[in-house]
Amino acid sequence: MSDGAARLQRVFAEAGRPLFVPYVMGGFPDLAGSHAQAVALAKHADVLELGIPFSDPLADGPTIQAAGQRALDSGTRPEDVIEIAASLRAGPPVVLMTYVNTILAAGERAFFEHAARAGVAGVIIPDLPVDEAGPVREAATRAGIAIVLLAAPTTDEARMAAIGRAAEGFLYCVSVTGVTGGDVTVGDELRDFIDRARRHVQVPLVVGFGVRTPDHAAQIGEIADGVVIASQLIRLYDEAASPEDGEKALDAYAASIVEALDRVPA
Amino acid sequence: MSEIPTRFGPYGGRYVPETVIGALDELEGAFSEHAEDATFQAELEGLLGSYVGRPTPLYRAKRLGERYGIEKLYFKREDLCHTGAHKINNALGQVLLARRMNKGRIIAETGAGQHGVATATAAALLDMQCCVYMGRTDMQRQRLNVVRMRMLGAEVRPVDSGTATLKDATSEAIRDWVTNVRDTHYVIGSAVGPAPYPEIVARFQAVIGVEAREQILAEEGCLPGAVVACVGGGSNAIGIFRGFMDDAEVELVGVEAAGHGLETGEHGAPLAEGSPGVLHGSLSYLLQTPEGQVSEPHSISAGLDYPGVGPEHSHLKDSGRVRYTNATDKEALDAFKACSEAEGIIPALETSHALAAIGRESSRLVGPVMVCLSGRGDKDVDQAGAAMGLDV
Repeated sequence: MSDGAARLQRVFAEAGRPLFVPYVMGGFPDLAGSHAQAVALAKHADVLELGIPFSDPLADGPTIQAAGQRALDSGTRPEDVIEIAASLRAGPPVVLMTYVNTILAAGERAFFEHAARAGVAGVIIPDLPVDEAGPVREAATRAGIAIVLLAAPTTDEARMAAIGRAAEGFLYCVSVTGVTGGDVTVGDELRDFIDRARRHVQVPLVVGFGVRTPDHAAQIGEIADGVVIASQLIRLYDEAASPEDGEKALDAYAASIVEALDRVPA
Repeated sequence: MSEIPTRFGPYGGRYVPETVIGALDELEGAFSEHAEDATFQAELEGLLGSYVGRPTPLYRAKRLGERYGIEKLYFKREDLCHTGAHKINNALGQVLLARRMNKGRIIAETGAGQHGVATATAAALLDMQCCVYMGRTDMQRQRLNVVRMRMLGAEVRPVDSGTATLKDATSEAIRDWVTNVRDTHYVIGSAVGPAPYPEIVARFQAVIGVEAREQILAEEGCLPGAVVACVGGGSNAIGIFRGFMDDAEVELVGVEAAGHGLETGEHGAPLAEGSPGVLHGSLSYLLQTPEGQVSEPHSISAGLDYPGVGPEHSHLKDSGRVRYTNATDKEALDAFKACSEAEGIIPALETSHALAAIGRESSRLVGPVMVCLSGRGDKDVDQAGAAMGLDV
């Protein structure tokens, strides 16, 4: 097990409740602004997900697309986002969210070594399914970083077994058949999917995509080990009258999510 | 069941969200099963004959040949296909396949609109619901095709992200597919995307090369010295090249869009100026920044205005089997005009890039020279007419 995977799994083991994993788009609306969001959220987060903006984010809906575009327009580079991670190393473990071309362009080894020096625990790559992960994974493992794999409601038993064999840190369960920023329904389909994942995957299960409200978080907390919230945080920050108000809104919202997760029966 | 390659050399692969991997497996299985199934083949071949108008003619373009100083110049007339371009070969094949997979809804991306029209046509014919994603910039410069798609009953969804061209339309189509994958088949229009798409598109387009080879042998008693085709994603090129891949004596030439000139950085020539990277599900040559952000391409022709290229072309470039060159917007417009005047054939702006390269390289090309006349230029008359100073 990589050092990053061990750190992530320790957080789950010690939490005693489902984890809160908020997302910040690095460089949105600019580097300082995203750093301030990350600091505000890190107070409540069990794991922090930090996005590297990409020009063609296939798994993302309009909110994260637009945030990523604004980050790119403000001149954000991948190494800038990794530096944000470095500045947060005293807080909860950081997991980067990046599309695979960013890693290939930097060179797998250089990318993961830089991330490791910044204290990054894991990397989520939404366009790198388990069958393609080989060389990227090797470089990550050598640098001590976990590749956090994703599973979807359309993942069948055989693939889930393959994912289970390769999963480390935690498994990112995509709640909906779709892109980020929609609206999750905690119903039979999601329950069946999480059950299927449980049967094949040993690492903790974290559910993301379309999670907006404390109610969502609590419902998901009953079936999974953690919840990712992303688009909703971007909307809250973006709709605030000022960056300060935005940070306050994130602080209050994150507190309400943690409160909801605290109430989930163990 | 025939083997469907996932990679061409190091290129290709499946760099897509986990959500659609199952659908790619299903597509691969369906293609393997039906491509060799006699009923499917008979249905497709019947439609290619009576509906598309295949085989398309091989035409000797004497006057343009004279103008270019080429004794024997042949056009493989894909512009005479129903809907006006080679795109229908693939669209019809894939929509038939989608019906076999019991998918009731079809989506597609389109740049010039030719693939969108072809898909809307196949969907109308086979009574399927159809939605086409098209960049808003392209909707303006290819207005005629937007109207055609709507007349055919398709919904055209404008895409405003990025430069609002083919790359952005493709990303949006993939997002739709990720969301609606259970009942929707995504008809990719070029030999791009995650496996098995590049191979499926190439096989549906290979009919061009198979026919062309037989036709030139019947006409000339010999193989062509050179086969030339334009390359955006590269489906017409891979289609005609597949007919001659094993004929080592036939030079294969792919022509990318040099836009305002390679030196300006404003072009659509990833094979000339790009480096390997991942876009739209496969690893291939790509126009990108040092940080791996996909660059915004430029071409006067919407169909070549794309920062990536099909993975098989990347492999054929590295292996040296195909020589890739390029032509600027201006060269393409000159060829558009020359072909229209000399032959009474108005070629698509995409196709005009291939003609331009032939004109420029006439002294080094060994005859007979064959070009894939991939599409007709009706869709381009507003744009080309304005550039040519015609009163339109």
